[in-house]
Amino acid sequence: MANVFAFVETRGTDVRKVGLEAVTAARMLADKSGGGEVHALVLGPPGIAAKASQIGQYGADSVIVVEHAGLANYNPEVATATAADRIKSGGYRAAIFSTSAQGRDLAPRVAARLGVSVITDVLSFEIEGDSIVVRHPMNIGKVIATVAIAAKPAVIAMRPNVIDPAQNAKAGKVENTQPAIDPASARVKVIETRVGGGGKLDLAEAPVVIAGGRGLKAAENFKLVEDLAAAFGNAAVGATRAVTDDGWRPHSDQIGQTGRLVSPELYIAVGISGAVQHLAGMRTSKTIVAVNRDKDAPIVKVADYGIVGDVFEVIPALTEAVREAKKHH
Amino acid sequence: MKIAVCVKRVPDMDVRFRIGADNVSVDEGGLKFDINDFDAWAVEAALQLKDKNSGSEVTVISLGPDVVQETIRKALSMGADRGIQLKADKVPFDGLVIAKALAAELKTGGYDLILFGKMAPDSSNGVVGPMSAELLGLPCVTAISSLEIANGKGTAKRELEGAQEIVEFPLPAVLTVDEGLNAARLPSLKGIMAAKKKPLEVKPAQLSEAQLSIRKLELPPERKAGRVVGEGAAAVPELVRLLQTEAKVL
Repeated sequence: MANVFAFVETRGTDVRKVGLEAVTAARMLADKSGGGEVHALVLGPPGIAAKASQIGQYGADSVIVVEHAGLANYNPEVATATAADRIKSGGYRAAIFSTSAQGRDLAPRVAARLGVSVITDVLSFEIEGDSIVVRHPMNIGKVIATVAIAAKPAVIAMRPNVIDPAQNAKAGKVENTQPAIDPASARVKVIETRVGGGGKLDLAEAPVVIAGGRGLKAAENFKLVEDLAAAFGNAAVGATRAVTDDGWRPHSDQIGQTGRLVSPELYIAVGISGAVQHLAGMRTSKTIVAVNRDKDAPIVKVADYGIVGDVFEVIPALTEAVREAKKHH
Repeated sequence: MKIAVCVKRVPDMDVRFRIGADNVSVDEGGLKFDINDFDAWAVEAALQLKDKNSGSEVTVISLGPDVVQETIRKALSMGADRGIQLKADKVPFDGLVIAKALAAELKTGGYDLILFGKMAPDSSNGVVGPMSAELLGLPCVTAISSLEIANGKGTAKRELEGAQEIVEFPLPAVLTVDEGLNAARLPSLKGIMAAKKKPLEVKPAQLSEAQLSIRKLELPPERKAGRVVGEGAAAVPELVRLLQTEAKVL
């Protein structure tokens, strides 16, 4: 029986899906250890405290809320100091973070402050005797490592989308507390968070990802991909490195070895040949569809379903068909 | 400015990897190695700052066996001034062990800026930069895609999921570099010749006990072979049917 800590990622006063995944993962780990408590830490500006009951719904026995006007943006130094203090005083067996942009920044800092190692991009975990054993992809997902963590606490950052946030209501006892350091005293200051394009679904969190490549021939033709995403309603739009290098799409949309890693329920590759660099970012998708002119393109080989043809003809037809299918649900 | 860049020698990823006989390492036979892309962008960022600030010095540090000297020389041939190899039999998997060894070296250097790539594709953990910053007690900004430095202060942009952060920080600081910051220069012939004469100091790495150990490596299961549903827009109805009834994703 062991207690487990979870860091709940937020943006503004919203709890992010990866935050609920972290709570769910912590619940699973506590239960596997014979039923310990899950303590979840959430930081944010005024309004964040109202989200505590939601966090309890996902399996937190206790929710530590740090609500402060100075936390409208992510504050790495406040988050590090506050999380490290709580983890140290709580005697946890493990601390769960997310392998998001924020979690990749935070988890190593917290671990270093605690003097313990950290493992990121974790796919699954088990308790084996005195160790927690996790699976972690290496070499751009071409090798999977089984890694034993001797450190206590084990600091683990989960890959987004590998655990579905699961309702498992616990007491969710709320403790309101102060940040471990004054947000105004932080040396590193996030002065602005620019949210792109009105409530767009995030690539790592979207159940459906539609990605476009050079086969679209011009930046403006991404409209086809966006229309298909809109027809699904739960899709995010990504791109290949060739396309982001050409400035057709922002770098943050790039899926691949040097960009974002995604594993959605459905991945649709539009005019993408399937370079190794790209496959590294999406090969763990559950279902892959490729639409490509070339039947021998590598993407067609890894796809569950391929359509060989002109994207300018196939994608509008697919958009129309998806729109129809959604209507009848 | 005094700038340090920490670099890693990594295998080319465009191959089918084989697991070594020990089951816990990748068989390196036939693999080609080069500087990690993210680290090359970090070197480029340092060189651009050096170009703007006369009297600057760029030091390149790599931890590992003697083969990492090739990687250091590559950075020297791009224009870095001197190299330090922290000698170890192999590069540990545990990022804390690496960060402790680097921090022990970095704290003696009096650097204004310490740069890392945001991650390396082989270990795929991405923790050494921020862990080193924490051990050094320095301000840290990770995964930057733009950088301005003026009057002892810096401004950087970070790419988030569906958003960007604009971050201000004082110097000295630790930064980790994402794609999009710059395009790394290629070494010139003159640079390659000059690099041979640049100082490269070799010191033993101070390695602590690892808390992470690889129990085994496996190749991921192959995806089961897919199929071509058909050609052109005529194949769309069949695709939609399969997505609904077989894959159950629509």
